[in-house]
Amino acid sequence: MAVDIPHRRRTRWHIAVFLAPAVLVYTAVMILPLFGTLQLSLFTADDQSRVFAGLDNFRRLFFDPRWSATFWNALWNNTWFFIIHMLVQNPIGIALAAILSSPRLRFSAAYRTVIFVPTILSFVIVGFAFKLILSPLWGVAPNLLDLVGLKSLFTPWLGKEEYALTTLGLISVWQFVGIPMMLIYAALLSIPDEVVEAAECDGITGMAQFWKIKLPLILPSIGIISILTFVGNFNAFDLIYAAQGALAGPNYSTDILGTFLYRTFFGFQLQTGDPYMGSTIASMMFFIILAGVCVYLFVVQTRLRRYQF
Amino acid sequence: MSRATISLPRTVAAHAVLLTYTVIALFPVVVIIINSFKSRNAIFRTPLTPPTAETFDLIGYATVLNQGDFLLYFQNSFIVTVASLFFVLLFGAMAAFALAEYRFRGNTLMGLYLALGIMIPIRLGTVAILQLMVASGLVNTLTALILVYTAQGLPLAIFILSEFMKQVSDDLKNAGRIDGFSEYRIFFRLVLPLVRPAMATVAVFTMIPIWNDLWFPLILAPSEATKTITLGAQLFIGQYVTNWNAVLAALSLAILPVLVLYLIFSRQLIRGITSGAVK
Repeated sequence: MAVDIPHRRRTRWHIAVFLAPAVLVYTAVMILPLFGTLQLSLFTADDQSRVFAGLDNFRRLFFDPRWSATFWNALWNNTWFFIIHMLVQNPIGIALAAILSSPRLRFSAAYRTVIFVPTILSFVIVGFAFKLILSPLWGVAPNLLDLVGLKSLFTPWLGKEEYALTTLGLISVWQFVGIPMMLIYAALLSIPDEVVEAAECDGITGMAQFWKIKLPLILPSIGIISILTFVGNFNAFDLIYAAQGALAGPNYSTDILGTFLYRTFFGFQLQTGDPYMGSTIASMMFFIILAGVCVYLFVVQTRLRRYQF
Repeated sequence: MSRATISLPRTVAAHAVLLTYTVIALFPVVVIIINSFKSRNAIFRTPLTPPTAETFDLIGYATVLNQGDFLLYFQNSFIVTVASLFFVLLFGAMAAFALAEYRFRGNTLMGLYLALGIMIPIRLGTVAILQLMVASGLVNTLTALILVYTAQGLPLAIFILSEFMKQVSDDLKNAGRIDGFSEYRIFFRLVLPLVRPAMATVAVFTMIPIWNDLWFPLILAPSEATKTITLGAQLFIGQYVTNWNAVLAALSLAILPVLVLYLIFSRQLIRGITSGAVK
């Protein structure tokens, strides 16, 4: 990073030139609209003109029965969606990574490549593919259950209020398990051989080695995948929209903040779009994600010990 | 590298678990693709068997190619993805170079400012982005999508690229300066070629979410002329929901290009992830 001294005296225009395009586009299309949205949430429409409303929109969202029921429902569904990912996706990802990283495993590159395939597919494809596969009209899911003698368990999971959200959560897990797998795999590979060999000298092998030696060393990566999962889930929209439509049926049982924002902001069927309430919901999503990121940065990351090899 | 011996049962168990998961990961994709080549009756009677000579039928593909403007949608997606990718890589590399190479007042602050977008999704600004695009007359243009995706891709690109740019040898750059190269020439001639592998990683990371995005095409560019393939497939499938041949063919057409590209670039992508570019 050496900077030659004579240049110091003059204004170094090239720095500005290098930074300008990125900073301009990023500020104009991302940062300003983000703050614009936060600002819009404080206004409301009154006879076509914009009126300052303070925190009224938030009050409506939390307490007005027309809004609050939908909002709390979406927030709870979103939380459940996140819990499913944390309980299913990340442990499976870690387990797969642990197996993949075992030494002298043959075909590990092929397994890695294939297990990552669902992650690159678009939500539209995944949503419809599972909608067809789980459809009672098409016999794929019942046929499969029949093979293992469990046909009686089949119900149209996506069509039942009590199962639909969990089913969609599991579909999303199926799609994204590749990401924790890859990040943990990378972390496991970076553990130096000496550490593992020292453990083996002390007679710690197999499962015990994973729990006692490797897991503590990959905790920072587990922290990263948790926050990535959190941000991704509280910002999710596409899968639910592709599989269940904007009404997030049946009977709003799969409604999450993303679909609620879309319906509110853009309008759907008889309901007209409301940019102000839309901004309010987007602002709530912003605060939730910001809170999650802050918890991660200031609580989780500072407590985790990082080992420098 | 000496290791404790690995027992045979353990190896078998490892392969059993991985194979099971491989089947789970591939099964839905395979079912969709094999059934897209079958006649309507065979789709329902024997959904789990590959097409045979009797059940082979391309009626679904014929419907899709006749009805939808898939070629146009494909072209739109292609233009948007390539253009956004170009700007993300060019602007991102320039900014990353400035942050990694020069010490100036506000360097750290600028780095943090640009990294903000890694964690906060651009989608939350949608309401104001739509207003901005309406005000500037960019609604229903591909330009709107390209601008949004460029802004979306920049933070991660700058973050990853500046890590790599810090590793480029100072001696090389100083040798260039002694030879009278301008800073621009040092960047384009000396540094850019050296970080090409990192650029490829960033390109893959940037490309996948852009190609697959449904939200912004739906809101900013839903007109017939500007639909992307993801939005086009979504609407097409919605309309033909009872025509199973057509739906399965449309899904397969949407899967195959991405799958082929992935298999070509998978080595690059996986190397990028495991080399610690995103730690």
